[in-house]
Amino acid sequence: MIRLEKRPQPSRLWTGLSPVLAVLLTMVFGGVLFAFLGANPFEAIRTIFWDPLFNTQFAGFTRPQLLVKAGPLILIAIGLSIGFRAGIWNIGAEGQYIMGAICGAAAGLAVYPASSFLILPMMILFGALGGWAWAMIPGILKTRFGTNEILVSLMLVYVAENILATASSGFLRNPEGRGFPGSRNFKEWDAAHNAELISGTGMHWGVLFAFLAVIGAYVLLTRHILGFNIRLTGEAPRAARFSGVNPARIVLFCLGISGALAGMAGLFEVAGPAGQISIDFNSGYGFTAIIVAFLGRLHPVGILLAGLLMALTYIGGELAQLMLGVPGASIQLFQGMLLFFLLGVDVFTNYRLRLGQRETA
Amino acid sequence: MHRRTLLASAALALTLGQAAAAQDVTAGFIYVGPVGDGGWTYEHDQGRLAVEEHFGDQVKTIYQESVPEGADAERAITQMALSGADIIFTTSFGYMDPTIAVAEKFPDVKFEHATGYKRADNVSIYSARFYEGRAIQGHIAGSMTETNKIGYIASFPIPEVIRGINSAYLHAKKVNPDVEFSIVWAYTWFDPSKEADAARALIENGADVILQHTDSTAPQAAAQEAGDVITFGQASDMYDYAPLPRVSSIIDDWAPYYIERVQAVIDGTWESTDTWDGIGPGMVGIGEITDAVPEDVKAEALAMKEAIASGEYHPFTGPINKADGSVWLEEGEVADDGTLLGMDFYVEGIDAEIPN
Repeated sequence: MIRLEKRPQPSRLWTGLSPVLAVLLTMVFGGVLFAFLGANPFEAIRTIFWDPLFNTQFAGFTRPQLLVKAGPLILIAIGLSIGFRAGIWNIGAEGQYIMGAICGAAAGLAVYPASSFLILPMMILFGALGGWAWAMIPGILKTRFGTNEILVSLMLVYVAENILATASSGFLRNPEGRGFPGSRNFKEWDAAHNAELISGTGMHWGVLFAFLAVIGAYVLLTRHILGFNIRLTGEAPRAARFSGVNPARIVLFCLGISGALAGMAGLFEVAGPAGQISIDFNSGYGFTAIIVAFLGRLHPVGILLAGLLMALTYIGGELAQLMLGVPGASIQLFQGMLLFFLLGVDVFTNYRLRLGQRETA
Repeated sequence: MHRRTLLASAALALTLGQAAAAQDVTAGFIYVGPVGDGGWTYEHDQGRLAVEEHFGDQVKTIYQESVPEGADAERAITQMALSGADIIFTTSFGYMDPTIAVAEKFPDVKFEHATGYKRADNVSIYSARFYEGRAIQGHIAGSMTETNKIGYIASFPIPEVIRGINSAYLHAKKVNPDVEFSIVWAYTWFDPSKEADAARALIENGADVILQHTDSTAPQAAAQEAGDVITFGQASDMYDYAPLPRVSSIIDDWAPYYIERVQAVIDGTWESTDTWDGIGPGMVGIGEITDAVPEDVKAEALAMKEAIASGEYHPFTGPINKADGSVWLEEGEVADDGTLLGMDFYVEGIDAEIPN
């Protein structure tokens, strides 16, 4: 007879091992999935995990693209992980990402076509402010009226999507765009373009900020009293309150920082890789970042690696579609498996498997 | 399926020896929705399959589906160009800037962008005159509505969509002066749940005809569920919902165009062009009008189709006023393509604002 027994404390071994095991299981079951779809499973797994990095035909392009794709994921996930550590569940990073992009882009376009090296920094600031302000809505509602931040932040995503649609067909629409929706393209305006810092590396300001956020979060969580209070709030809320931690302040800080980082990510994306505000500008980074945060064990370095891995499955998945003709949905299924196995294997962090007779207590 | 083609080509290579080298052109397709959407992307994919069938082993086709119109599009198109595609069809408006950007980096690859307006030496644009089909749709809708309320599920406020609304309205109004249009903007090309919600809301408000400019069959299902509501297939025939609620359809037929353009690449005669074809050349088809439509209405609709196909009748023929009351077209005047391509106004009688 097999049963689960709760561990006295979470296993350190399994905490580190479970993401690796989850990736391996995903490879195995993903391989089976691709085999059913008529593709060679080994070729498919190689295309997803190996080709974006080392294929001679593509790697020159896809390697930098990994950073482009991973940058916003890491930046958003770092912010989310700080809140998740404190038990504050900001599910609406997608909305904060959109609002950051709109505010930052609007701030830039307000001074079009000026040219000053201050324009991009100003846009970044407004991007962060936009995301921060959007996250403050669930924050204040929670601290003042005790609403659930999960629901409020999630619902605000849909509000933000509608504002995005209005912005791209209304107040931010390109006046020279023949009536089509979409803002001016920032790639055609040097002062506001979040271009690659070194050509051909994929490294733009957003990627740099993502790396800085990793370091900042690491320092905050391990070396700073605020980080200690955050962790304490998450692990032992009562103890935190007795030791004088103000829960409202923690809520506002956590939502604020995750909103600001998501907003910045949105701005870097709109001023860089995406180039313009358009109705379909958001492509789910805010939601994928939740997966990245958990895949990275809510640890800054883990998130860095998880973000890169997630980016790899995206780009590898695209290559697999292209080269092997597997359907797009199978790639999403593949990514879903990753989260599923992670959560599944995670059981062993807190429980151990026991075989044989039930012990008499 | 992939394995089957592999085996087939391997077998062919064995029998014909050098024949394997005959696969000399690769045509790539970037789709905005899944190939199984039953509408827009489905028809583009039918075009791709027609290319495969027409050229056999001479042409290889590749595609990527559900490519978002944001930052991911540029990467998807670049990867397709890197993979060795000779001609790439980007089949949605939102791919315009990314297509132009990638085309600059790959001067030897030919690009074809659907429904946009930016061209380059290696970028052609193509679209279909869907508004011709909308005129016939409007005629049937106006004749058949009993509540005089027609619901319209619009996708994005771009000229193509506004043109369709105007064309349908003008022709519904012509046969039924009391007709009213309610327009819902879904802000999506493909989102079954949103489309179904829009259809239900319109039906609850008394609409007994639902027109759609979105790609899924969800509005058809919602109409079927409600009963006593008629619909039209959009982009694809959607014949599964015939004879009711689907009474007819506008079908996009990209196959002849795709075959012609791929042939041009093979022949080395490809040039950057601007194509805007309608019912006449066969890019826009009208799906079977079912028996649910009264005999005389059906006959009128078919007559209109013939007149449009032969060029005898243009759906935008004056007198037509703009919604603000100003004169757009004088008696007998026909709209020019430039105005149609940039259409950003409703015609007189549509009681709504274009969102902006």
